[in-house]
Amino acid sequence: MNINVSRRGFLAGSAATAGALLVGLNAKGVLAATAETAPVTDFNPFVKIDADGTLSVVIKHFEMGQGTTTGLTTLVAEELDADWARVTTEFAPADNAKYANLFFSIQGTGGSTSIANSYMQYREAGAAARDLLVRAAAQNWGVDPASITVEKSILSSGDKSGHFGEFVAVASTLTPVEKPTVKTPDQFRLIGDATLHRKDNIGKTNGTAQFAMDVNLPGMVYAAIQRSPKFGGTVTGFDDSAAKNVAGFIAAQVLPNKAGVVAFAKNTWAAFQARDALSVQWDLSKAETRNTAKMVEDHKALLDKPQFNASPETTLDEVAPVMAGAAKTIDAEFTFPFLAHAALEALNCTIEPTKNGVRVYDGCQMPALTRPTVAKILGLEPAQVEIKTLYAGGSFGRRANPDADYNAEAALAFAVSGRKVPVKLVWSREDDMRGGYYRPMAAHRAKIGLDGDGKVIAWDHRVAVKSIMKGSLFEGMIKNDVDPTSVEGVTESLYSVPSFGIGLSDFQTPVPVLWWRSVGNTHTAFAMETLMDMLAHETGQDPIDMRLAMLDPQGASQARMINAIKLVRDISGWKKGDKRGFACHFSFNTCVAVVADITVKDSSVHVNKLFMAVECGVAINPDVIKAQMEGGAGFALTAIMRNEITLADGEVEQQNFPDYELLRNGEMPAVEVAIVKSNNAPTGVGEPGVPPTGPALANAIFAQTGKRIFDLPMTKAGFEFV
Amino acid sequence: MQYQLKINGETRTVDAEPGTPLLWVLRDGLELTGTKFGCGVAYCGACTVHVDGSPTRSCQTFIEDLVDSEITTIEGAQDKVAQAVQAAWREKDVVQCGWCQSGQIMSAIGLLSENPKPSDDEIKDYMQGNACRCVTYVRINDAVKLASQKLEA
Repeated sequence: MNINVSRRGFLAGSAATAGALLVGLNAKGVLAATAETAPVTDFNPFVKIDADGTLSVVIKHFEMGQGTTTGLTTLVAEELDADWARVTTEFAPADNAKYANLFFSIQGTGGSTSIANSYMQYREAGAAARDLLVRAAAQNWGVDPASITVEKSILSSGDKSGHFGEFVAVASTLTPVEKPTVKTPDQFRLIGDATLHRKDNIGKTNGTAQFAMDVNLPGMVYAAIQRSPKFGGTVTGFDDSAAKNVAGFIAAQVLPNKAGVVAFAKNTWAAFQARDALSVQWDLSKAETRNTAKMVEDHKALLDKPQFNASPETTLDEVAPVMAGAAKTIDAEFTFPFLAHAALEALNCTIEPTKNGVRVYDGCQMPALTRPTVAKILGLEPAQVEIKTLYAGGSFGRRANPDADYNAEAALAFAVSGRKVPVKLVWSREDDMRGGYYRPMAAHRAKIGLDGDGKVIAWDHRVAVKSIMKGSLFEGMIKNDVDPTSVEGVTESLYSVPSFGIGLSDFQTPVPVLWWRSVGNTHTAFAMETLMDMLAHETGQDPIDMRLAMLDPQGASQARMINAIKLVRDISGWKKGDKRGFACHFSFNTCVAVVADITVKDSSVHVNKLFMAVECGVAINPDVIKAQMEGGAGFALTAIMRNEITLADGEVEQQNFPDYELLRNGEMPAVEVAIVKSNNAPTGVGEPGVPPTGPALANAIFAQTGKRIFDLPMTKAGFEFV
Repeated sequence: MQYQLKINGETRTVDAEPGTPLLWVLRDGLELTGTKFGCGVAYCGACTVHVDGSPTRSCQTFIEDLVDSEITTIEGAQDKVAQAVQAAWREKDVVQCGWCQSGQIMSAIGLLSENPKPSDDEIKDYMQGNACRCVTYVRINDAVKLASQKLEA
């Protein structure tokens, strides 16, 4: 008996009753309504209302903890004036045409865009549903629709009242207005309410929330893969005689792409044991064989002669003569290690045969990538691949992979299994730590030219990093050979800097790289904000005053950043000569400013408190925003302090968490978050808390010790964190 | 081999080899998937269950050692302390991705069962073994405090 995954599908959920009202977009992309009992091809509901009045919001983005199930639900419930306690959520199926991220044109989650792209779409769907219910009630009661008020899922007019469900049948026969009227901000009841609780709160505290790794299907076999010890190796042969001694072992097969050998077994434990017992021979002739030290050296060499010009205005050749006239220069070189995402739910994916194709169970971040990848491997049409999205136990970018690597592995394993029974691929922690797709290693070199008065006259900035997008499905986003994710945060700097040249070189390695929570900003913000602190120190200016002076208030983003900086200055009580660290950064259209308060004793650092101010437009769920700032800051601290993935002769040295220490409870500082009041359209919050936190800590360490940190993680500079 | 285990107040018969971690017996065999796999080396705490009332890492606890033990998983955590902890977790909106939270909650129940009024430092010390990649620690500690207040009331 399968207790975890209903055969009827989770989409049905509680809405399996007849007669629910569906409101969404029809095939022409215009708002439409229908009854759930009617044929609903070419119709994508965002809103479902049951006959019992339960509102269910269909979530087109996946939930990795960032709060989409709460956020998108808030938008619909707001416009409907629904009772928050009676609102449920369900994940949308895979369908690019119907559930695209409006910023990507395909279905997927990333770049902190979930709220930003859905803001009007989900509000309008809610407003259209409200209008239908109001008109249905007016018809039933024979009253003027204008006389009807809605509160907490109850419609009222005079002495008449009734809950949503009572009007579902009539409402589903009406035609929605073309452009529903949405609320004005002064009418918001749920948007901006900091006391609203998360929608995934119950299931994630009683063990019932369904994650992909929790899928148990009848007849399912478990799969674990032995992969090349060095990136880029291929299988030449294997011996499974030792695996045959593992109870529960079924069989082992070479994956069709020769990237590994898969062991099938009757449970996860047996699959891991059998996989470990396989003896595999590899062709490593094309594999990475360098050590980390050599790779750092090779990055630095690439800074001598940048391959591409990444600045829209100024080339490095144009900067050179200006720099030559500088009275003084500030020089710095930074290095950054590979980083693993290390989400706590190790990667996994289950594929089940269906009558027409397959069903994929995944904490699926990019259905638009997973679906065609699985279809192609299995020789199916994308329409034959159904995706069941479940909660994801973290991602931080790892699941948004253009290669859809672990989905592809699951499909390859399913293909060689005979395709008769469900196959669940599970990664061990070691697989996850050593499996690549890291935040790329990077190096920066910067020279800032100052005139006799200490004014910046030129800035030469060079970056060497492996491109994430080149050679991937996202290649189309490359312009003039420059992968924007390699230099974002430098190219998008808000500061007014004359003669600002940016050079880029692509590092080459078989080590696969990927976006890691805040992507290029993970290194660019550290370099930029350390340089700004050096500049302030060299020129005897207050770090905050200097930044404010370098931001043009006429610029829209600059004006927002100024507000964030002033707010964090206020809440932290920052004073001239302050011995704390300051940094700010603009990313994903959001401005975050941070003050880090630390205590240093000899080389041991304790982070006492972080003050954070964020300008992210209209704050839909202030408490979720606060949680994302807290989490983003903590995520950044772990990495900046001590995390690195290193290679010895091309092999990853870290195995498990003991070698890649996550931040622990006692190390987390207090965090005070303030949100700038704003009527701007909402912008991202999942990632922007990460970039400024690291440099704020580094600048605090400088303020207290006089020591600059250029090579990450900080443990390399001899600091320890307590 | 067949083993009889007492889990959440029921006797369950499972078929597993000696040396099999309790974690996989729970997740794959008994479909008690509220207990999570994080590291497999008793380092992150995601797999925490109670064995005879004590928080225990199920990924390094082997089936043959559990025959006379009372095992409680998140699915069976229902006593007064558990209810206070879960209510506090919801009021403080602790969860993000949620993967570590069953383990966090089982540890918090363990803490408050033996020390109903922990200090801030005692909370941090006790909860140190449960890693959260989303870094929800600020709220975890607030929620433990709140649960402690609830139990006192």
